Amino acid sequence: MESIFSLVLAKANYAVYIILMMVGLYAMIAKNNLIKKIVGMTIFQTAIILFYVSIGYKRGATIPILEHHASPETVAHGAEKMAAHAMDAVDVAHYINPLPHVLMLTAIVVGVATLGVALALAIKVYNTYGTVEEDEINQQLRSG
Amino acid sequence: MKILGKLTILLCGVLLLVFTMEFPDWGDPDSPASTHLSPYFIQHTMEDTAVPNIVTSVLADYRGYDTMFETTVILTAGLACFLLLRIERKKVPHRYYRHEPTGVTLRMEGDKFPRNSAVFQRMDANWVPYDFVISRTCRLIIPFIQIFALYVVAHGHHSPGGGFQGGVLMGASVILFAISHSLRAAIKSFSEKTAALLSVTGVFIYAGTGALCLIFGEVFLNYSALAPLFGNDRIMARSHGILMVEIGVAVAVTAVMIWIYYNLSSAGKQDEGL
Amino acid sequence: MIWQLELIILLLVIICAIAAITVRDLLSSALLLGAYSFLLCLIWAVMGAVDVAFTEATVGAGVSTVFCVAAVFHTTRRTKD
Repeated sequence: MESIFSLVLAKANYAVYIILMMVGLYAMIAKNNLIKKIVGMTIFQTAIILFYVSIGYKRGATIPILEHHASPETVAHGAEKMAAHAMDAVDVAHYINPLPHVLMLTAIVVGVATLGVALALAIKVYNTYGTVEEDEINQQLRSG
Repeated sequence: MKILGKLTILLCGVLLLVFTMEFPDWGDPDSPASTHLSPYFIQHTMEDTAVPNIVTSVLADYRGYDTMFETTVILTAGLACFLLLRIERKKVPHRYYRHEPTGVTLRMEGDKFPRNSAVFQRMDANWVPYDFVISRTCRLIIPFIQIFALYVVAHGHHSPGGGFQGGVLMGASVILFAISHSLRAAIKSFSEKTAALLSVTGVFIYAGTGALCLIFGEVFLNYSALAPLFGNDRIMARSHGILMVEIGVAVAVTAVMIWIYYNLSSAGKQDEGL
Repeated sequence: MIWQLELIILLLVIICAIAAITVRDLLSSALLLGAYSFLLCLIWAVMGAVDVAFTEATVGAGVSTVFCVAAVFHTTRRTKD
């Protein structure tokens, strides 16, 4: 019982992101309204970002900003200070993996750009057909 | 369609769950994602670039080529919104005016509109009365938001932040101004032409920094070539090069957020707003 | 953070996502998306991804919600399903 519980807890984040992805996918496939589909797309994208960020997590580690040992005599940056910093061995297990964070920064901003274009398309569809429901648009396309 | 959708996601979800159980444990420091490339970045960022924020140094220096194209993608999105939605001013048929002393609303068509009239106030189609509390409060807050945005851009080396976050904050301050006052007041102070020109300028600053490195004789986007320009050693030149491209990214992101908002909130006409 | 609290916030995230696609009013859907973004930002901040959380807080819960509300304002507010 303990091992099953710890197994579930160790992978709880993965289960959550799968559920979120499926919620977003369902909204994109089965909903009738265009704006609901766009909302589903946003949920899908953020679920993927959650997955990547949870890959990079290390238990007991701190944020990926190197701790600055600020001493009063080395106020100006220079080559000597860099040599001094290089001598402190940076413990890799002490910092969270920064690579997924970098990729996900790009992903979030591209996501908002895609959202802007998708909403502009939805407004254009509404101006042309008078509705944003998919079955009514299909009806108009078939008959008109 | 709904039953088909539910069946699909059930199948996909179960398959994904079964195969995710093979993944390494959450929080394991020895997982394959953390053992090949990221130890190099964590250990060498200080001696290569003198920037403690590892995410900023990887984003703008080690993977700067990626970020340049991401900025281009944002510019393309702003351009796409503009090309999809924008309607010329001549095609807008009518305007609403309100006569102040009597409260009568007029709807006028054609070309002759009263300009700068003391008694006629131009209104939106869904007229919301001028709200004193909201507009004055936002007027107080907006300068602080902008100062904080500039701080976030400049301090991206040592604290979480950088170009994207500062740019979005700055764009959000102008959007707040457009919401609390009217869209026309915001367009008068930050016109659409300014937004379009600034967004292109931001991408130009980024690519221009890379081209400057080419001119100085090194590989494209190798900031240590800018050392004679800044008068520093090669490591600090990389740190300053990161700052330059972050400024370019911030300018581009600000302008595109404002541009997309102008086009979305007025459906292209840029007369009325939210 | 206490793992029970994290589990509760993850559960709230799922509830917000399901509610955002189920409600009939599109304005409520847009605002639930904003709440979902805020909760995700909290989870990432707890997991140590401070840059990602900062970006999601400004972009997802700020600008993205405003865009959605602007689009809903220019189309209809009711939906059939």
